[in-house]
Amino acid sequence: MAASAAPVDIAVPRPRAAAGYVAAYEHQILLYLRNWRGSLFSNFAQPVLFLLAMGVGLGAYVDKGGANATGGVSYLQFLAPALLVSSVMQGSAGEGTFPVLAGFHWVRRYYAQYATPLTPEAIAFGQLAWNATHALMVGSIFCVIVVLFGAAATPGIIWSVPIGVITGIAFSAPIAAFMSTQRDTMAWNNIWRFGITPLFLFSGTFFPIDRLPELIRPVAWLLPIWHGVDLARSAALGTIGDAPLLAVAHVVILLAVAAAGTWAMFVMFRRQLAK
Amino acid sequence: MTSNPAPVQAPLIAARGLTKKFGSFTAVDAIDFDVAPGESFGFLGPNGAGKTSTMRMIGCVSPITAGELRILGLDPGHDGPRIRGRLGVVPQQDSLDTDLSVFDNLVIYGRYFGLSRAECARRATELLEFAQLSDRAKDMVEPLSGGMKRRLTIARALVNEPSILLLDEPTTGLDPQARHLLWDRLYRLKQRGVTLVLTTHYMDEAEQLCDRLVVMDKAKIVAEGSPRELIERYSSREVTELRFPVGVQEELGDKLDGIGDRLDHLPDRVLVYSEDGEAVSVAVHERGLRPETVLVRRSSLEDVFLRLTGRTLVD
Repeated sequence: MAASAAPVDIAVPRPRAAAGYVAAYEHQILLYLRNWRGSLFSNFAQPVLFLLAMGVGLGAYVDKGGANATGGVSYLQFLAPALLVSSVMQGSAGEGTFPVLAGFHWVRRYYAQYATPLTPEAIAFGQLAWNATHALMVGSIFCVIVVLFGAAATPGIIWSVPIGVITGIAFSAPIAAFMSTQRDTMAWNNIWRFGITPLFLFSGTFFPIDRLPELIRPVAWLLPIWHGVDLARSAALGTIGDAPLLAVAHVVILLAVAAAGTWAMFVMFRRQLAK
Repeated sequence: MTSNPAPVQAPLIAARGLTKKFGSFTAVDAIDFDVAPGESFGFLGPNGAGKTSTMRMIGCVSPITAGELRILGLDPGHDGPRIRGRLGVVPQQDSLDTDLSVFDNLVIYGRYFGLSRAECARRATELLEFAQLSDRAKDMVEPLSGGMKRRLTIARALVNEPSILLLDEPTTGLDPQARHLLWDRLYRLKQRGVTLVLTTHYMDEAEQLCDRLVVMDKAKIVAEGSPRELIERYSSREVTELRFPVGVQEELGDKLDGIGDRLDHLPDRVLVYSEDGEAVSVAVHERGLRPETVLVRRSSLEDVFLRLTGRTLVD
C-alpha cells in the first residue's frame, strides 16, 4: 500500500535556504520601519537621562572624594562604557521577550512564517539578527551621546558598541529560547525583577564588583553582563594592557554564552513550531 | 478518430495509515485518503475529530507519527520547505501581522517565497482586487472585520500561486453575508483549477465547496464520497422534522414506528427519513399526532453525520 508517485506536471522548485533567513530578517526590519518613532526617541532619551542623573549628578559627589576609587578618571568616564553595555543588555533582554511572545501568541507571526518555505531556524535567525541590529543601534546612539557628554576617556569607547552587541545576544538569545515556552509574562516578570534588575545594579556598572560580598562575587563571574561591562570599561579607559588574559577570558565567555544561547533558541523554536 | 486512454492523474496528496500522536493521545488514527489535482476535497467532522492535526501534517508543519504521506510526490519529513513553497495555507486562527498594513502583509509574505519586491507588490495589488480589499490597502489589519481578515488571509495564501490551497475552518465565526462572499471567492479559485483542501464542521459549506469529502470522527475516517453519494448511501432523499410541544415527545413511545424509512429522536425534535417527506407528514397526522411544527427538507450531510456517529456536528 505505498502512496503513489509524483505527478509530473507540477514543478516543485527547491527554495534557497539563505533567502529564507534574509526574508525573516527583512520582516523584522519592515516592522521597525513602520513603527520606529517611539522607540528611537527612547533610544536617545534613556542615555541622556542616565548620564545626567548617575554620571553628572552622582558623579559630582563621587569625584569630590578624589579620583582614586575610579582609577584616576572621573566617575562619568568610569560609568559611561559600563552603562552603555548594561543599557544594551537591558534592551536586548526586552527584545528577547515581547517580540517572541508576539511571534508565538499575540500576533502568531512565526506560525505564518512557518507556513512558507521558512524553517524554524530561519525564523529564529530573523528575530535574533534583528535583536542584534537593534542592539547595534542602541549602542551606537548611546556612544554618540557619551562623546557629546565628554564622558569618553579615550577613543576606545567605540569598543563598547560591539561588546554591547555581543553581550546583548548573550542575553536575548537564551531569553528568547525560554520565552518560546511561555504563554505570558508571569515568569518573565520575576526574571526581570530578581534577575535583570539586580544584574544591572550589581554587575560592576556603578561600582567595581570587588565591592560585592565575597559570597556573591562568583555569581557576577558566571553571568555574561560583568564580562561585557568590565571589558568595555578597560577598553574605554585604555587599561586592557593591565590584564590582557582577563580581557581574552571576557571575550571567550561572552562569545560562548552568545553561541550557546543562539543554539538553544534555534532548538526551542523548532520544538515549538514543528509540533 | 483514435481514442486515447484517459491519463491517470497521480494524486497531489496521498496518505496511507497516516497517524498523529501527542504523547499517549491519538489525534489522527491511521487514515487513508487521496486528493486529485483540481479537486476540492473536504474533511468534515466535529471539533476534536483530528481535522486540524491532519491539515497541519499536510501543511508540513507537524511531523507525522506513523504511516505514509506524500504531497506533490514528496515526503514532508524530508522536503518540508520545498513542499510548503507550493502550498497556500489559511489557518484556523488568524496570523496576519497586525503591526503592518494590509498591503505590507502581502508583500512580506511573498518575500518568503523568494519573489522579488516588485513582483510581490504587483501580486499584492492583484490579490487585493480579488479579495475586494483594494480600498483598504494602506489600512492596518486590526480594524478590518472578521470577513475581511479572512479574505486577506486567503489573498496572502495565494501570493505564491500555490498548487494546493489548505483552508482550516475558513468561515468559522463569520456572519452569513461574509461567508457567502468567501464561498464565492473560493468557488472562483476552484474554477481556475486550484486544488482546495478544507476542513469544516458546517454541512452547507461542505456541500457548497467539496467535490469529495471524508467524514472524520474520533481521529478516524468514518465515510468517504461526494456529498451526494454520502447522502444517498447514509440518508434518504428527504427528512421530515417534527417538533412536539414540551413533554409530548418523551411520551410518544412507539407511536411513530413504521412511518418513513428510519427515525431519529433528537432532544428537541424527531427526524423521519423517507423518500417523500410530505407523505410522512400526512401519515403522522393520520395517526392523530399533532406536532407543533413540521418541516420537510432535503436530506443533508448533517443527517449523514448523525447517522454515522449518533451525534450532531455542532453541539
